[in-house]
Amino acid sequence: MRLELRAQPSQLMTFLSPVIAVILTAMIGALLFATLGKDPVKALSIFFVEPLKSVYALTELSVKATPLILCALGLSVCYRANVWNIGAEGQLLLGAIFGGGVALLADKNSSTWFFVLPLFAGVLGGMFWAGITAFLRDRYNANEILVSLMLVYVAYFLLTYLVYGPWKDPNGFNFPQTATFAKAAMMPILVSGSRLNWGLLLAALSIVIVGVFMARSYAGFKLQVGGLAPAAARYAGYSSRAALWTALLISGGLAGLAGALEAIGPLGQLTPHISTGYGFGAIIVAFVGRLHPIGIFFSAVLLSMFYIGGELAQSRLGLPSSLTGVFQGLLLFCLLVCDTFIRFRMRWGR
Amino acid sequence: MGNYLRSFACVPYGLDDNLSGFVEPKPVTPRLKLTQITKRYPAVLANDAVDLTVMPGEIHAILGENGAGKSTLMKVIYGAIRADSGAIELNGVPVQIASPAAARTLGIAMVFQHFSVFETLSVAENVALGLGSDLTVKQVALRITEVATNYGLPVEPHRPLHSLSVGERQRVEILRALLTQPKVLILDEPTSVLTPQAVQTLFTTLRRLASEGCSILYISHKLDEIRELCHSCTVLRGGKRVGSVDPRQVSASELARLMIGNEPPALVHRAARPGAIALEVSALSLLRRDPFGVSLSNINLQLKAGEILGIAGVSGNGQQALLAALSGEDPRAPSRSIQVNGAGVGHLGPEARRALGLHFAPEERLGRGALPTLSLAQNLLLTRAQSGLVNKGWLVRQKATDLAETIINKFGVKADGAQAAAGSLSGGNLQKFIVGREITSNPKVLILAQPTWGVDVGAATQIRQAIIALRDSGCAVLVVSEELDELFEISDRLQVISKGKLSPSLSIQAATKELVGRWMSGLWTEDVEVQANAS
Repeated sequence: MRLELRAQPSQLMTFLSPVIAVILTAMIGALLFATLGKDPVKALSIFFVEPLKSVYALTELSVKATPLILCALGLSVCYRANVWNIGAEGQLLLGAIFGGGVALLADKNSSTWFFVLPLFAGVLGGMFWAGITAFLRDRYNANEILVSLMLVYVAYFLLTYLVYGPWKDPNGFNFPQTATFAKAAMMPILVSGSRLNWGLLLAALSIVIVGVFMARSYAGFKLQVGGLAPAAARYAGYSSRAALWTALLISGGLAGLAGALEAIGPLGQLTPHISTGYGFGAIIVAFVGRLHPIGIFFSAVLLSMFYIGGELAQSRLGLPSSLTGVFQGLLLFCLLVCDTFIRFRMRWGR
Repeated sequence: MGNYLRSFACVPYGLDDNLSGFVEPKPVTPRLKLTQITKRYPAVLANDAVDLTVMPGEIHAILGENGAGKSTLMKVIYGAIRADSGAIELNGVPVQIASPAAARTLGIAMVFQHFSVFETLSVAENVALGLGSDLTVKQVALRITEVATNYGLPVEPHRPLHSLSVGERQRVEILRALLTQPKVLILDEPTSVLTPQAVQTLFTTLRRLASEGCSILYISHKLDEIRELCHSCTVLRGGKRVGSVDPRQVSASELARLMIGNEPPALVHRAARPGAIALEVSALSLLRRDPFGVSLSNINLQLKAGEILGIAGVSGNGQQALLAALSGEDPRAPSRSIQVNGAGVGHLGPEARRALGLHFAPEERLGRGALPTLSLAQNLLLTRAQSGLVNKGWLVRQKATDLAETIINKFGVKADGAQAAAGSLSGGNLQKFIVGREITSNPKVLILAQPTWGVDVGAATQIRQAIIALRDSGCAVLVVSEELDELFEISDRLQVISKGKLSPSLSIQAATKELVGRWMSGLWTEDVEVQANAS
C-alpha cells in the first residue's frame, strides 16, 4: 500500500473529506464509549441526535453556533490571506470587555436601541486586539501566531482583573462578576422562551457579507492572491501590509462582535468564564468548513453539537464534559488525515 | 597493427573516428544500456518503450522538446524515479537503481535542471550531504575549491545556497557531481545559464571528462551545441524514441525536424522604425535589498517606441534587481531616474506604472505571473484590473471571461476555456496567455523576462512573432533573457548586464556572440574605448 500523487488535487475529495472525517470521528467515538462501558448508540445519539430533537434544543444549538460562525468567518479570511491568527479567543474576550463595559452604562431610562452600542464597542475591542498583532507583525516582523496566541492570555487576565476588581458588582456577594446589564443593553430575544437572540441574524448576515467580499470584491481577491502566492501579489502590486491589516481587522472585528453578543446575549453580565473556548473551536470550524462561508455554517452547527453533547454527557452518562474537547480534537485529526487524499491517492501493491 | 590493438583497449569514443571502416572494432561493452523503459504518470505516458545505448567515453545527446520525456528518462537512470517496466544494464551487468544514492554508488551522477538543494545550507554543506561520505564540511570545502579551480568553475564554498544565482547554483551542482568521480554524468540543459565563453569552458571540461573514459548524457534542445559537442544523439518526441543520429553528420534543420516532427516555423522580421523615447533610465543606482543580492550601479538605457532592446547577461548579474526596479516591485528608485514617456515613475508601485502603460511579464509563470489554482479569467485580474475588470471595487466576472476568451483565441492558447485552472496549461500555453494578457493591454512599454524559458519551439516562435508584431505597432519592448540566440533573433539593439552594471548599447548588426560573450563578463570598457577612438 502506498500513496501516489494525484495529477491534480481532487475536487470531490475536498468536499468529501469533512464528511468522511465526521463519520470517522463518530466511529472512533463509538469505540471510545464502548471501551468506557457505555452504550455507544445511546452515547452517540446524545451528540448527534439530542441537539436537534426539539425547538428548544435547536435554539440552544444556535446560541452556540453564533459565536463559532462569527469567529470562524474572520479566521477564514485570515487563513486565506496566509495570516495565521489563532487569537480569535482573545479578540472575542476583548469584544466582551468593550461591549460589557458599554452595556454597564445602561440603566432603566436608556433607549430600547441601546444594545447597538455594546455591539459596536465589541467590534472595536476585537479590532483593537487584532490590531496589536497586525502592528507587531507589520512594524517588527513579529510572528503573528505567537503574538495572537499570547494576547489571548493577556486578554483573559485583563477580563479577570476587571471582574475581580474595578467592575465587580457591589451587590454581588463578592462573586467575580459584574452587575447584570439593564434590559435596554441586552440583545432582543428571537424565539420567546429561549436564549436565542438577534445575534443569529447577525451571524447569518456576516456569512453573506464575508462570502460576497471574498468571492466578488477586488479587495477580497487581493487578499487571497497574497495568501496563495506572495510573489504574484508583489508582481501585481498588491500591498502585503494592506492584506495583513485588512485580514486581521476583519477577523478581530467579527470575533469582538461575537464576544459582545455573548456578554449582552445569553450571559447578561461579565464573568471570567464568558467564553468556553469559542475562539479556539472556531479554528477547527474554519478548517472543517473549508474556509468557505457556507461550509463554516455547517461545521459550526456540528461543533455546537459537540458542545451540547459534552454538557449532556455529563448529566446523562456521568462522563466529564471534556468529551467536547476530545471530539473536537478527533474531528480535526480525522480531517487532516482525510485531507491527505485531496492531493494523494491510495494505491495497493508495490 | 597498432590501430588494431588500440581498438581493443578502452579507447574513448570519438577519439578514434578514423578507425571505423578501416578496421572492424571489436564490440566494446556499453557503459549503459536501457531496454524498453516505460514510465506512466497519471495524466501522461512520459517514456514509451525507450531504448538507449551509451559507450564508455561517449558524449551522448538526448534531444527533445519540453515534455518529450528527456528528464523522466534521466531520472530513471539516476534512480530518482522507478520505471514501470524495462531493464537497465551498466557495463553489461543488469542493475536495479533504487535511489539516487544507489546510482551514485554505481558511479552515476546527475546535474539537474531544477536544482535539488537545501536553501538554508551553505554550498559545502549541500555538497557534503550529497556525497554522503565521512568527509567533514571543511574537507569538502577544500575539495570543492580544488576541483573548482581545476575545471574553471569558481564558487565560494561557504555561501548559503539561497544567495546564489541560477548560474552559480548550476556550478555547485556540476561540482557536486564531479566530486563523486562519476562513470556516467548526466547533464540536464546545462548551458542555459552560461555565457558563450563559459559554454566553451564547460565543453572543454566535458571533453576532458569523456577522454578520461566518463560517459556523458547531455540533455538539450540547443541543436548547435549538440552538433558541436556530442558524438551521438538520441531524439525523443512525445515519450518515444524517434531516432538516433550522429549529430556531426546531420544539419541543424534535420535535427529540428526529428525533434518537433515538422519544419521549424520561420520568424518574419523587418527593420525597426524607432520613434520617441518611451522608457528612459538614467544614472540608476540601487543598493541590494538582501545581503546576497546584486546592487545596481549607474544604469543608463533609452528605449524608443517601436524597437526591441535586448538585455543579455549571465543570470545573477542584477537582472532581478533591474526588473524589480523597472516593474515597480522595488519602488526605492528616485522618481526621475526611471521615466515612462517623460513621467518620473521610480517611486511608483506596479499598479501605478501599469496605469501609465508600462507592463511586465516575469520569468516565473507559476506563482508569480499566474496563480496555478485560479482560472485563466481570474488570473487576468493580476495585471488587468484597470481594463474594466473591476468596477467600484467589485469584480466584473463576465468581462474577465470575455477577455480571457479573446486572448485564448488571438494567441492560440490551448486551454479548456476561460475557466480552466492556469496550472492545467502546459508551460508554453500558459506563457502565451501571460504574454497575451500584457500585449492586449496595448502597453506603451512592455518588459519581458525570459519570455520563452522552458517553452516548446512552436510556442516560442509564436511568442517571438507576437513580440515583434507588438514592436511594429509602436510599443517599446525590453527583453531580458539569458538565451543569446533568442536575443539575436528578435532584438534591434543589445545591452549587456554584468555585476549590476549595464554596458553601452550595441546595434544588432554590430553584435557578435564573441563580443557579447566578452561583455557578459563585464569587459566592455576596452571595446568601447577602441570604438570611441576609431570614430
